[in-house]
Amino acid sequence: MSEVLVVVDAVDGAIRKPTLELLALAKKLGDPSAVYFGANDSAVTDKLKAYGAEKIYVVDDAEIKGYLVAPKAEALQQLVEQASPTAVLVVSSYEGKEIAGRLAIKIDSGVITDAVDIEDGGVATQSVFAGNFTVKGKVTKGTPIITVKPNSASPEETAGAGTVEEFAATISDAAKTAKIVASQPRKATGRPELTEAAIVVSGGRGTGGDFDAVEGLADALGAAVGASRAAVDSGWKPHSFQVGQTGKTVSPQLYVANGISGAIQHRAGMQTSKTIVAVNKDEEAPIFELVDFGVVGDLHKVLPAVTDEVTKRKG
Amino acid sequence: MNIVVCVKYVPDATADRQFEDDNTVDRVGVDGLLSELDEYAVEQALQLKEKAGDDTEVTALCIGPEKATDAVRKALQMGADKGVLVTDDAIAGSDYAATSLVLAEAVKKIGTPDIVMCGMASTDASGSVVPAMLAERLGLPQVTFASVIETQGDQVRIKRDDDTATVVVGATMPLVMSVTDQTGEARYPSFKGIMAAKKKPMENWTLADLGVDAELVGLTAAWTEVDETSARPPRTAGEIVTDEEGSGATALAEFLASKKFI
Ligand SMILES: Cc1cc2nc3c(=O)[nH]c(=O)nc-3n(C[C@H](O)[C@H](O)[C@H](O)COP(=O)(O)OP(=O)(O)OC[C@H]3O[C@@H](n4cnc5c(N)ncnc54)[C@H](O)[C@@H]3O)c2cc1C
Ligand SMILES: Nc1ncnc2c1ncn2[C@@H]1O[C@H](COP(=O)(O)O)[C@@H](O)[C@H]1O
Repeated sequence: MSEVLVVVDAVDGAIRKPTLELLALAKKLGDPSAVYFGANDSAVTDKLKAYGAEKIYVVDDAEIKGYLVAPKAEALQQLVEQASPTAVLVVSSYEGKEIAGRLAIKIDSGVITDAVDIEDGGVATQSVFAGNFTVKGKVTKGTPIITVKPNSASPEETAGAGTVEEFAATISDAAKTAKIVASQPRKATGRPELTEAAIVVSGGRGTGGDFDAVEGLADALGAAVGASRAAVDSGWKPHSFQVGQTGKTVSPQLYVANGISGAIQHRAGMQTSKTIVAVNKDEEAPIFELVDFGVVGDLHKVLPAVTDEVTKRKG
Repeated sequence: MNIVVCVKYVPDATADRQFEDDNTVDRVGVDGLLSELDEYAVEQALQLKEKAGDDTEVTALCIGPEKATDAVRKALQMGADKGVLVTDDAIAGSDYAATSLVLAEAVKKIGTPDIVMCGMASTDASGSVVPAMLAERLGLPQVTFASVIETQGDQVRIKRDDDTATVVVGATMPLVMSVTDQTGEARYPSFKGIMAAKKKPMENWTLADLGVDAELVGLTAAWTEVDETSARPPRTAGEIVTDEEGSGATALAEFLASKKFI
């Protein structure tokens, strides 16, 4: 079988979960070859191997990490020319999508963004129009490049051969024009990652800026905390908490929307959640059209009582 | 300074968007408008113009059907100086690759500007790939997904919220920029702006004007194909209770327990 390149998303050598999901999906298309930008480190390569990488290309990132997107696309172009893979899989992040875009032009290949599943033959499923439609499609020209949303597959812990190969990419000066001048790592919240969490508890303008009730329930349920744009725009939560069209897309087992009206742009980021619950004091709020269970009431009263109940039942 | 702002004409996201029989986006049955996320790009272009002084020219560029004039006109009403609409039957059904090709050729014909400004995503395709593709095709640096923009002469710095870090990216003009909705509310066209827009230059170009081979664009030339579209089944109506003295919390806890979340 031929290779499928999986571009590894890692921070300081810590591989992020969506990469492991990509390795699982890649097996449907061929032999997963992980592409890691960084130093050859056995902690990294062992993990990639454990999750199914047959081959691991380690690309020295000395000339890559200080610049935005373009050098990675250039390195990948050279790797694609050497390995002739059947597909290239990338995580659907800002960076991942832009690497995909540049690579597509470089290698004259089609790109599909935001896939939520990939089947044999490279057929990709996407959820479009704010989650109202499901679309299946494929790349018809060149080497398919597919960006995949987090949480689209389960990581599989079945080891691959994990053969490590150092790949020396040549980075042109033209690719080194957008410099990363400073980088401030996001503060750990101590809660699950928003896009990876099985349960998300969100708050909107209806919190009035007091997220205690929302966070209390989130912690009782072991959930991540999300926010509407109104809450982010008000400065109550950083943008990294935002769920929706211009924030994160989440698709957890349970989504609890509190004091959120349910605007289309918010729905776009949570509509595909398995179970949806809302607490809102306005019975006419559009969010109630989506819910499996809704409570018309004041979140500052309802949530603390639910939290007590959850804590009690969990014992 | 010259700024070209790329604006897309999209089906209204709050309307009932559909697909055509050939699985292309229905751009006729649903009212179209200037993509909301591109309003932020127009706004930032105008703010850069206001900062740089009056010899700066902002050109709004759109690729789309004839009706897409509406999107360009809105940009002119907001304050852009010139409009360009590239319309050609052959373009219908184009994917990202073809769109970025036509945009790149149009940008070159306008005269390579100091900044090619884009939105962070189109509200219909939401690919967020066209700005990077444009940068690749034009051989320009990209400073994309900007939430804050600073300029000094031809030096640009932006703040970008990536998944795991907030980064500051610096580059020298000319460059391609895309901006997020964190950059701040876009202005509404004023009455004066609406009147002034009527007299602003507006050009209509075809592929021939750009010297782009029609074989390279459109549905048949696309590098991707959509095989199947299906409406998501509507969610079945859930149970809604009104909280009275704690009854809501009890009912919700019951529900969560019945679904094994607790
Ligand atoms: C281009 C664009 C992109 C956007 N992207 C996003 C996005 O990514 N994510 C997003 O969320 N939005 C986005 N929006 C904004 C979106 O349109 C809405 O404005 C936003 O989602 C509203 O947030 P909200 O529901 O918190 O506030 P509101 O709409 O003001 O709703 C607040 C709700 O709280 C309820 N409430 C008030 N007090 C209480 C109480 N004590 N207890 C219980 N309920 C209470 C009210 O009844 C109301 O329903 C975008 C908009 C645009 C134009
Ligand atoms: N047909 C188009 N005409 C003009 N600009 C476009 C067009 N398509 C995409 N763009 C620009 O590219 C950005 C990203 O689009 P997309 O990659 O489709 O999400 C948009 O916000 C626009 O600025």
